[in-house]
Amino acid sequence: MTKVAIIGVGYSGYAPLTPHMSFKEMMFEASKRAYTDAGINPRTDVGSFICCEEDLWEGISITDEYVPDQLGGAQRAVCTVSDDGLVGLINGYMQIKSGLTDVVVVESHSKLSNVLSQGDVTRMSFEPYYERPFLTAETAVALEMRRYMFERELDDDIPAMVVAKNKKNGLGNPRAPYSAILSMDEVLSSPMVCEPLRKAHIPEPADGCSVTVLASEEKARILVDQPVWIRGVGWFSDTPWVSQRDFSKAVYAEGSSKMAYKMAGVNTPAKHFDFIEVDDSYGYKELQHLEALGVYTKENIKRAVEVGETDLRGPLPVNPSGGKISLGDMVEANGLVRVVEAVLTLRGQGPRSLRGAKHALVQSWRGPPTASGSTVILEV
Amino acid sequence: MESKKTLPGTPITGAEWENEVYSFRKHSVQLRYAWDAGSAVSGFLEGLKEGRILGRRCNRCMRVLVPPRAFCERCFRSTDEWVEVKDTGKINTYSVSYVNNDASRRDKPLIVAVIEIDGASPGMGFLHVLGEVEPSKVHVDMKVKAVWKPRDERVGAITDIKYFKPLEV
Ligand SMILES: [Zn+2]
Repeated sequence: MTKVAIIGVGYSGYAPLTPHMSFKEMMFEASKRAYTDAGINPRTDVGSFICCEEDLWEGISITDEYVPDQLGGAQRAVCTVSDDGLVGLINGYMQIKSGLTDVVVVESHSKLSNVLSQGDVTRMSFEPYYERPFLTAETAVALEMRRYMFERELDDDIPAMVVAKNKKNGLGNPRAPYSAILSMDEVLSSPMVCEPLRKAHIPEPADGCSVTVLASEEKARILVDQPVWIRGVGWFSDTPWVSQRDFSKAVYAEGSSKMAYKMAGVNTPAKHFDFIEVDDSYGYKELQHLEALGVYTKENIKRAVEVGETDLRGPLPVNPSGGKISLGDMVEANGLVRVVEAVLTLRGQGPRSLRGAKHALVQSWRGPPTASGSTVILEV
Repeated sequence: MESKKTLPGTPITGAEWENEVYSFRKHSVQLRYAWDAGSAVSGFLEGLKEGRILGRRCNRCMRVLVPPRAFCERCFRSTDEWVEVKDTGKINTYSVSYVNNDASRRDKPLIVAVIEIDGASPGMGFLHVLGEVEPSKVHVDMKVKAVWKPRDERVGAITDIKYFKPLEV
């Protein structure tokens, strides 16, 4: 079976507001960049197009009807995956792996600035009989955060250090609108939303579009000098009931990474990667995810943060892009946004200190109140 | 001989429904959006406010796209220039509708039509309604013309055109 590579990436938006363009125009801009990057013409060289989005975030049902034109996919094979962008990437990977086609485009975007009732959309996803009367997105998060911090005996300063680190990492990334120099004290004195969750822990909403072009090994070698290989993929769902979860660990991240490690033959994840992009929502999620990925343990995760092991210049940089904390929350696009960042870094177009990096992991979480997510292992 | 049997099912009375005899949970949502129209749609809506119908031309396939788009979906490239087209056209297809969205009966039928706009490329145009015409008189390929709202009532919406009416020749 053929190997599968990412041969082109493109992006557009990545800002709190994008009033100058419609979601279609944003997708056109991002995909044009990706096709130029890959050296392809979408009208003749692409076998299949995949978009990842959720109708309630779009405000249009059956959104897939509205996506082909701006991707170059008019009157071609187009489908929508109603999930995080990484799931779309994995679908594209499978389409190539199975021999169905040899070039696939995967797109995902957010126009969160256009959703005036974001809280209501999230509320729609809560279990309606037992849980919806009591929850908001923030309480769902805070309940898990409290238990995780209790189990690991973490003080408030640890998630705050993660937030400060990722805000700072973003300053080196021209695509990260929410990057900043933020002290731990500033995080800890930001308004309390619901204990122990503070405003500064919460990723800010952003608009943006990410596009990747995937190709079979044969095509990739003809088209580009620097293909980035997808070596393993995994996806996993834990229970939908907030009240039934093991808050001490990210079961979905554990499950999806095990699947990806098996495929890629990764036996010692703690030593395998040059950098990692994980979902870093609320600071503590980064830690919970790193544990679930087997990169750190519940015994050494706290120390890793305290001594700066995951800093940009530490032995294992985590979220060199600035993560969701700096890039913003782009809902279903979050996973694909981070793939674009990882690909650029693996090609030497990311932080200078990571030039020469060969192995990367990208993990995504579908956001509150879900307990599902995916993992992709990339290599140059 | 009885050839068909009606299966009785389990009927629910209006009173049972209203008194919530059966288990269910109600949840009503308020979903609100404000979509960025973007450059192409904005230009079109601004044109309507001025009583003009605008399209965009792609200088590769030379099509005039109405309503306008920022990109040509056939050539996959940005469109090149604004083109003012006429406010006349011909009916591609139409339907006389006797019901509203909620299936209630209309007092007066609504004639919905796809109108190919003069000056746009073949097959290009938009959906609108017809007025000043008897349903029985409408036909495919009928020539029509826009009837605009007065200038001070136009807000930059497709409804700035009240309806299309038969073009007298
Ligand atoms: Zn064209």
